[in-house]
Parts: sequence; structure tokens; C-alpha cells
Amino acid sequence: MREQTSFRIFRWVVLVPAVLFTVVPLYVMVSTAVKPLGDVLGEFRWVPKTITLQPFVDIWSTVPLAHYFVNSLVVTTSATALSVVIAIFASYAISRYRFRGKGAFSGVVLATQMFPGVLFLLPLFLIFVNIDKSLGFTLLYQTRLGLIATYLTFTLPFSIWMLASYLNGIPRDLDESARVDGASAMGALFRIILPSARPGIIAVAVYSFMTAWGEILFASQMTNSASRTLSVGLQSYSTEANVYWNQVMAASLVVSVPIVVGFMFLQRYLVAGLTAGAVK
Amino acid sequence: MTVTLPDQPAKTPAGQLDDAGKPPWRDRINWARLTPYLLIVPAVLMELLVHVIPMVVGIFISFIKLTQVYITNWSSAPWAGLDNYGVALRFGNSQGKALLQSFGLSLAFAVLCVGISFLFGMATSLVLQRKFRGRGLLRTLFLIPYALPAYAGIITWKFMFQRDNGLINELLTNDLHLTGDRPFWLIGGNAFVAVLVVSIWQQWPFAFLMTMAGMQSIPDDLYEAAAIDGASVWQQIRYITLGIMTPINSVLLLLLFLWTFREFNTPFVLFGAVPPKSADLLTVHIYNSSFITWNFGFGSAMSVLLMLFLIVVSALWALWNRRVNRRYA
Repeated sequence: MREQTSFRIFRWVVLVPAVLFTVVPLYVMVSTAVKPLGDVLGEFRWVPKTITLQPFVDIWSTVPLAHYFVNSLVVTTSATALSVVIAIFASYAISRYRFRGKGAFSGVVLATQMFPGVLFLLPLFLIFVNIDKSLGFTLLYQTRLGLIATYLTFTLPFSIWMLASYLNGIPRDLDESARVDGASAMGALFRIILPSARPGIIAVAVYSFMTAWGEILFASQMTNSASRTLSVGLQSYSTEANVYWNQVMAASLVVSVPIVVGFMFLQRYLVAGLTAGAVK
Repeated sequence: MTVTLPDQPAKTPAGQLDDAGKPPWRDRINWARLTPYLLIVPAVLMELLVHVIPMVVGIFISFIKLTQVYITNWSSAPWAGLDNYGVALRFGNSQGKALLQSFGLSLAFAVLCVGISFLFGMATSLVLQRKFRGRGLLRTLFLIPYALPAYAGIITWKFMFQRDNGLINELLTNDLHLTGDRPFWLIGGNAFVAVLVVSIWQQWPFAFLMTMAGMQSIPDDLYEAAAIDGASVWQQIRYITLGIMTPINSVLLLLLFLWTFREFNTPFVLFGAVPPKSADLLTVHIYNSSFITWNFGFGSAMSVLLMLFLIVVSALWALWNRRVNRRYA
């Protein structure tokens, strides 16, 4: 396609600021993580004077980072897996069935997007405490299970919505002909729908994982020292008299790299899922 | 009741399957009727436990005087009626005034953040729509802030905004010589700029992702046909891309607005639980009065008002969206 000069200029005008805006903080994170503490406390230097990997060693002993890491991993993976499974069932029902209450169900699911988190933070806290009280042992309050339940529900509305639109894009003839051939509803879902919906499912999983991995508000109130996750744990480098900025950056890098790498591998699915799904 | 996929395969000759069939006590039509309900049961249970019941409890709390005195025994807190709402909406007194200011601030913040993120994301999608060398790399690069865990990105910005050892002041005073004194960014009036910049940094990649995904679904022959007819690149963008993208953009704008208006992470990580006045966004404001001053009744009343506002915005959006869609249908 022939390009006009004005468009080529426009491209530069957009891309240069976009690249700088994106890259500079990433560069700060990486370059600060390899500076000794003394260099970090003075004026900012673009190029590190001395390079050390010590912060990457220290982060594990300054705060129990490994412990937080395991908590985040357990909570996030469980919440993602459960959320995806539940969203698959619910979106299959929405996409392929007509039933009484469908409108109400979809409406409530969408309406939850408008609930401010602070509104149900305290009620949820009270409900968890009371469930535990009536059970006689701590099941939900400030436990990883409580956090899993919370996060999986947070990601459900958007997941159901995105997946239902994705399933709507899969021709009905596919599963209807399977049903004619004698497959059950579940058989059609598992053997026909799920394989064709893979990009949508991966997109939903990526979305859920990132949401749960990055959540801060509920993590700050609904965890104790045993169940603390990274989003809160990472801030404990800052509560000391000295802020260990180099360690903060090193720890941020360590907890980000797995996510970013995973995201890069899966991003084409996310784009495919959004193209067919939420974007419709 | 209608079920689009009857559980008995109606297209096969009726007798066949029934003969091979299930025992008569297993009523197949009931199963067909039940299937969608069984499918949504897990979602309904979780929504009830984590979203619906807490929200009802939250609305209830907004009608009682739940302060620290009653927090351990919340069921005995006295009924407040509409008092909490009265305090929140009496803009003459200090609490009402603070809420109004916080609301105005959040509105300005959301409009600026959504507007800039959207324009930035849209422009980037447009220039990356045509193939050129390095396009894939740039695409991945721009999505990194979105993939990064929120706190990691925000903490990095917090470091950059430090007065004495941050990058921003180094850039402004020593590199560009724009100011003599190093300004504070995380306290005072500049805090609004700080929270806005960080939020845009996190939001615009999502706008980019959505618009890029939308543009990928536009078939190439539309552009080719337009080019043959002599349309310039700008005309193609104006009449093809923007036209097709309108429904996508309207969903995107609503989502961004709802998310930005409820933004909590950025101010919370940048400033801690008590932000400077210029960055006292609504959610943090509510969090403060609930968990710092322990006035949960008042906090819940403000949350309910916030929710009502978002519902009104969404309803207006739905009306507007229906008109837009009709025009482009």
C-alpha cells in the first residue's frame, strides 16, 4: 500500500514518545536493580557507576519474598484455573441455551463491573469471619482459600462475558451436528466447543492470572503474615527507615519477569480472543 | 420455556432412540431443562458469596452507625436511616465538601486518563496497522506495562518521582534545566500529575490492545478497494477504520471509564493509605474513612453513591450506544 509522507511523519510523532514512555520506567527498574544502595540514595544516574548483583541476593532475606512468591503462585493459579472452568460452563449456558433467568444472570454479571471494591471489602471481611465462626475453624478469613474465592469471582464477570461472545462466534452447526450424532450436552462442550474455543479460553486465563497476580486492595486487608502475597509483600521494603530502592526494583523485576515472559508467549491468543470476543 | 438445543436429538426418527432408550423414570426433557441451570450454578454461587451478598450487606451497613465502637459487635450498631447519606451529601459541612472535592478530582482524573489513554492507544494502533520492519517488536514492547503486575510498575514510578533521587527531577533540573528547585511530586499539588501519568502508563496499553484487536478484524480488501478509488491514507482511516471501530471504541471507552473511576492501586501504592489532597481519588477517600477513621457506615454510604453514579453513567452510555449502533448497523 502506498504511504503518504504525512502519514509517515505521523507514525514517527506517535511512535517515538510511545517508545520512550514505555521504555524509560523499564530501564529504571532494570538499571536500579543492579546498583549498590549507596548509588541509589544519591542523585539519579542514568548509567550505573558500579554494577552489582547483590540486590538479587538480598531481596530474599530482607523480606520473606520466597514465601510471598509461593502464596501468590498458589492463590493466582488456583483462582485462574477455577475461574476459567466456571466461566466455561456459564458462558456455554449463556451462548447455547435459552432459559428463564438468563437475562437476570447476565445483567448481574455485568453489573458487578460497576461495584466499587471498597463497598464490599468490609462486608466480605465480615462474611468470611462469620462463616469461620460458625464452622469453628479458620477457613476463609485471611487465608489463601479466602483470597482464591475472592479473586476467582472478581475475574468471572469479564471472563464469562468475553468467553460467551467468543462462543457465539463458533458456528452452532458444529455442536448441533454433534448432538444429532448422539453426543450429550457435556460431550458437545468438551469435544467440539472447547477445542475450537482455545484462543478464547487462553485469553480468559491470561486475563484472570494477571488480575489476580496484581490485585492490591483485598490483598492488603484479607491476608496475614502467613498468607501475604507479593502485591503487599513488595511494599515491605519501603517500611524500613531506609527504603532499599535497589532491592525494591530487583524484587519487582523478579516477580514481573515470569509474568511478562508468559504474556509474550500467549499474547497472540489474547489478541485472537479479544478480536473474536469482547470486541464484538 | 424454549431450549435451543433439545437434549433429545429431534432430527433422528423419533422411535429409534426411544426404543434403545433410557428407563422411563429418567425424564429426559427435565434434564434438558436443567442443563443450563446446572452450568451456571458454580458461577451463581461464587457471585452470591463474593459479590451479591457482600453488596447487600454493604448497602445495609450504609444505613447503620457502624463506627469503631461497634465493629466487634456490628449487629448491635444503631440504625442511622439516611444520616450517613445526609452527611455525605451536605456539601456545606467538611465531610460533604471533602467528598464533593474528591468526586470532582476523580472525574477530572478519569476523563483525562481515559481520554489520553484512548487517543494514545488508538493512534499507536493506527500507525502499527500497516506492516513495516520492527512492528511485531513494538507491539510486544507496548504491551509490557499491561503485562507487568500493577504494583511493580507503580513502585518503579514511585521511585522515579522521588524528589532527591528520582529520575523525573534529574531530567527536569540537571538534564533539561527546566526548573531550579527540585519539585515534590508525591506531596502537594503535583501529586495529581503523578497519579495521572502513572495511570496513563498502565491504561493506554489496554486501549492499544483492544483497538489493535479490533483493527485486525477489518478485512484488507476494504482498504485496497478504497485505495483504488483514490482515497488517501487519511481518508481510509476516517471513513473505514474509524467507522468500523465505532462500536468497539464505545465499549472500550465505557470499560476504561469504569475501571479508571474506581482506580485504587495507583494512588494507594504511590502515596500509601493517606494521599495528598490533590490526589485524593474517591476510592482512596472511601478506603480512608472506612479503614483509617473506622467509620464504616459513612464509608459504605459513599461507596453506594459511587456505585449509583457508575450505574447512571452506564445507563446513559447504553442509551447513547444504542443510537450509535443503529446508525452504523
